[in-house]
Amino acid sequence: MAKRIEVKGLDIYYDKFLAVQGVSMTIRPKAVTALIGPSGCGKSTFLRTLNRMHELVPKARVEGKVLMDDQDLYGANVDPVSVRRHIGMVFQRPNPFPTMSIYDNVAAGVKLNSKRMKRADLDDLVERSLKSANLWEEVKDRLGKPGSGLSGGQQQRLCIARAIAVQPDVLLMDEPCSALDPISTQAIEDLMLDLKSQYTIVIVTHNMQQAARVSDVTGFFNLKAVGEPGGLVEIDDTETIFSTPSNRATEDYISGRFG
Amino acid sequence: MTSAHTASAPAEAEPQLQTPLTHRSLPRRAAPAVLLVALLAGLGLRLAGLALAWSAILAAVGYTVAIYSWSRAVEGTRKAFDRMVTAIVTSAFLLALLPLVSVLWTVVDRGSGRFDSEFFSYSMRGIVGEGGGAHHAIIGTLIVTGIAALISVPVGMLTAIYLVEYGRGRLARYITFFVDVMTGVPSIVAGLFAYALFELFYEAGVRMGIMGSVALSVLMIPIVVRSTEEMLKLVPNELREASYALAVPKWRTILRVVLPTAVAGIATGITLAIARVIGETAPLLVTAGVTASDNFNPFDGRMATLSVFSYNEYRSPGVPPEPSFDRAWAAALTLILIVMLLNLVARLISRLFAPKTRA
Repeated sequence: MAKRIEVKGLDIYYDKFLAVQGVSMTIRPKAVTALIGPSGCGKSTFLRTLNRMHELVPKARVEGKVLMDDQDLYGANVDPVSVRRHIGMVFQRPNPFPTMSIYDNVAAGVKLNSKRMKRADLDDLVERSLKSANLWEEVKDRLGKPGSGLSGGQQQRLCIARAIAVQPDVLLMDEPCSALDPISTQAIEDLMLDLKSQYTIVIVTHNMQQAARVSDVTGFFNLKAVGEPGGLVEIDDTETIFSTPSNRATEDYISGRFG
Repeated sequence: MTSAHTASAPAEAEPQLQTPLTHRSLPRRAAPAVLLVALLAGLGLRLAGLALAWSAILAAVGYTVAIYSWSRAVEGTRKAFDRMVTAIVTSAFLLALLPLVSVLWTVVDRGSGRFDSEFFSYSMRGIVGEGGGAHHAIIGTLIVTGIAALISVPVGMLTAIYLVEYGRGRLARYITFFVDVMTGVPSIVAGLFAYALFELFYEAGVRMGIMGSVALSVLMIPIVVRSTEEMLKLVPNELREASYALAVPKWRTILRVVLPTAVAGIATGITLAIARVIGETAPLLVTAGVTASDNFNPFDGRMATLSVFSYNEYRSPGVPPEPSFDRAWAAALTLILIVMLLNLVARLISRLFAPKTRA
């Protein structure tokens, strides 16, 4: 379970456009790492390189290394599908499969891959995943109903349940609360604190209070200038970043002087 | 109390300072009244001996001008313009509806004469005058169109999947271009293509049901490609990404997530494509040919179809011609009913398969 990820000199391109330059960091296992920074600085792009979702954009590519347990995710003969098997993702907007019931949405990782599983085991997996996502009590009586009938916050927790049902080692979250109200946000933040005992969590957020509340480590991304590529400015323990950051730009951003 | 209020000076001065929010308007039944007058005037013109179409046009123009001038005088330019445009839009709608209603009325009126059980249970074998039916043509149409759908649906859907999910660069652009070109191919050209194709394998003058199917698929494939493509594009990319993030390979994502999400629209598009080609006449005339007998083997000889049957009964009637004409109209009515049925099926399918939000 919960694995360490090491990023070494990562450059991220969209065709010829260099979007993010020279990112190196270590993502600690069983901890929440928050990535903050102004819009367009490449946080989400970077996050998507960690499970090879970035290359789904036509002509997008990366240079550099992303190591998980000393295996380069971008090495030759690495199958992106098996990378995603270990590194799950939750998106900004909740996106349950509209054709599937709540139950099938949670079981999607198993069912879509046509894995054989006993009905009882599958029931158990769905229940465990929904319980981990703090959604079980709210939906246990209507598992057969469509997932898109839930509220926004419930849908997002359904997506988290779906992501952890495939039992990944790492969970990436791309602004998971930006489309949600404060109460749903609270529920998901509590959930993250629960989940970090088992998973490595990386979260991109625009909400600095959220980063301060849930993360153990915070990384600050910024653009050097308009038109220049974005990059990691500094990464440190969340407490240090929010009290005594070593970089002036970080301090300006956190104290609200820009961005 | 009241006298104190009316006596206060500012209350009287105020209305002059405010911008008025109320305007004068026409009486509530002004539009129907003007319309009634216009219709009566049109009726008068008709009774005076003017042709029906001219009377109707003059009534419509008269109504538009009258309501515009009256409204302009009372309500001002904006509302007058609104009333004028409403009148024009309504007239255009009625004008567009006219041919449809006329065709339906004529076909039902003339086709119902022979719309009997004999028409559906007998072929034309050995029939010279009255009687006979289109049994051979109805079954033939179903066979020819059915095979055409069997050819077009897989080819069309797979092409659309390629274009939306895999196609990048030059090949995809060429395919899109040729699909567009194929959409505009005249149906007789499709028929001649099928004829030329089969002539390579058989002797000149060959006629088979399957040739008709091939001709119809040439017409049908681009429609299926286009409608499927549009439906697949409507599937949000987030769903594909959600599936990829669960470590589902691309082909399974397409098969298990993208297609089920779009299936209602795709099924509707296919049904409408079938409805579009089922009434084709010219390509079937040169491929499936004309026959008076039952032939339900698409690989052996001429095969009757409804549209060709209707055309043929009208072109070479017997003596007297009336029974043939009646059969032609009954065949046209049958064809329209089949198309209507297909449209209903399409609606049913899209309702049944549509993703549900609440159960």
